[in-house]
Amino acid sequence: MDLPAAERLPWSREAWRDTLFVLSGAPLQAACWTLLALPWAFWVPERAGSVLSLLLASCAAALALVRPLTRAHRERAWAVLGRDLPVPPARPGGLLRALRAEDPRRDLGRELLYHLVVGPLLGGAAAAVALAWAGGAALATAVFWPPHAALLIAGLTLAGLALLAAAPWLAAGVRRLDVRAMAALLGPDRARELERRVEDLAGKRADVVDAADLERRRIERDLHDGAQQRLVALAMNLGLARETLTDVPEPARRVIVEAHEEAKAALAELRDLIRGLHPAVLADRGLDAALSGVAARVPLPVTLRVDVAERVASTVEAVAYFVVAEALTNVVKHAGAASVEVAVVRDGPTLRVRVADDGAGGADPARGTGLAGLARRVRSVDGTFRVVSPPGGPTALTVELPCAL
Amino acid sequence: MRVVIAEDSVLLRAGLIKLLETAGFEVVAAVGEAAGLLAAVAEHRPDLAVVDVRMPPGHTDEGVRAALVIRRESPDVAVLLLSQYVEERYAADLLAEHTSGIGYLLKDRVADVSTFLDALRRVAAGGTALDPEVVAQLLLRRGGGPLGRLTPREREVLELMAEGRSNAGIAAALVVSESAVAKHINGIFTKLDLPHAEGDHRRVLAVLRFLDGDA
Repeated sequence: MDLPAAERLPWSREAWRDTLFVLSGAPLQAACWTLLALPWAFWVPERAGSVLSLLLASCAAALALVRPLTRAHRERAWAVLGRDLPVPPARPGGLLRALRAEDPRRDLGRELLYHLVVGPLLGGAAAAVALAWAGGAALATAVFWPPHAALLIAGLTLAGLALLAAAPWLAAGVRRLDVRAMAALLGPDRARELERRVEDLAGKRADVVDAADLERRRIERDLHDGAQQRLVALAMNLGLARETLTDVPEPARRVIVEAHEEAKAALAELRDLIRGLHPAVLADRGLDAALSGVAARVPLPVTLRVDVAERVASTVEAVAYFVVAEALTNVVKHAGAASVEVAVVRDGPTLRVRVADDGAGGADPARGTGLAGLARRVRSVDGTFRVVSPPGGPTALTVELPCAL
Repeated sequence: MRVVIAEDSVLLRAGLIKLLETAGFEVVAAVGEAAGLLAAVAEHRPDLAVVDVRMPPGHTDEGVRAALVIRRESPDVAVLLLSQYVEERYAADLLAEHTSGIGYLLKDRVADVSTFLDALRRVAAGGTALDPEVVAQLLLRRGGGPLGRLTPREREVLELMAEGRSNAGIAAALVVSESAVAKHINGIFTKLDLPHAEGDHRRVLAVLRFLDGDA
């Protein structure tokens, strides 16, 4: 966020806050190199072995310091700026194991990059900020210095004031860079984070698709156990009445006959509706059994080939079933075909569904809701959907579904 | 004739009892799930069991499995299965072991009372009654082979034979004379390569060939 210029004046709150933030960072940013360099300032061993062990010891100390330093930087951002940087993922099992596993090692690498390279540079910038404030203050008070030429004093004062005015901008710039560097290097890895999020979303979508599938089954069961049984009983009673009440007046008899036929038609419709939702045989016996039922009710010669040795996820089965059932309905309604070929083949991780007819063609998913609905249902499980249907035919619909969700 | 009914919907169970008793059957037991059915069959030794395919606890194919058990353990008890949908897989399971005293009909068929009672009597008498929808599904699988050589009329006759009809029944369904049906059936026997020596069983063999799909 960029603040309006008025708030960058040397005496504004923001200026002091940025300065405080930048300056408080400097000791932390210098810590790693200080730790690495400090021993050598007091003692330079002569034997190679000692040099090596001192080197190792300081490196180990610096590594051990990485996490506490990172935490300190986070606390600094929170205390001074009120900004909560994303927490880096926990590093299970301590430093040694972190060095072995890939993800924690990458996180450690990014943190080291901050503490050893970016941090010290920012520390240098912090020194510049401090210098700008101190120098500015010193020069601006040149009037109180031992007497010099008036022109020189005026020049120095002006330069001091300019430095003082520039210091908040400088501090704000360094603050921005620091916050960015901290977010990029000390927080969680953005790419990994996105990956995790994608996985998470994919999992959630699979849950939603499964939930929809479950809901369809529940509706199927409710209809089957409720309305359908009542209708069968009703149709049976009407049938019984039709058979036994032979001596009623003709108009009454006609009503009974009509009611009986209506009830039977309603039953047939309800049966088709339930079948479209989720036929019980699909869960029970799989695609081959369920599709033979669908294909047999198509008033055209259908060639059906189902080659699915190992059953696929039930949601995928449901989608494949729906695709074939809908496609066959479309063929009967629109294609004017003489025959249909249906093939469902499992090819490793892919379930390939193909419905081809020799009809008039010209099917377009962009028009009409049938094909678009199919495409949507296929997309819900990450499948691909393809219709080849030149005017004059033939039409081939190919759907590929990933077998496992 | 003594009948056991297994149907989990109370409404339908009551309806079936009424229907069967009106038609002169004696309903000796009416139960709501497969275990009760097996117990009732063992206890009452009925002539016929009318069984819903989908029953508690699993609500999938309990009836089919119970039917297989009944036919295996009490071969003299005929079984008529009723289902909300008929599936050739279930039919194939049943027919793989038994081709007589077995029926498998869509539940809707009970609405056509006389046809339904007719099927019931046929099954109880040791015949078969397959729903036309099942036959259509079975037919879907039988592509080439000798079945392909049948004329459309002969196919129709074979389908009706598979449904369990007699010559007279086929003649009535197709609106032709019984002698025409006999002629078609002879044609079927010839084309399916069923020599005369096997006499009366050829009819069953033809249907079996048809149902097994190796015709």
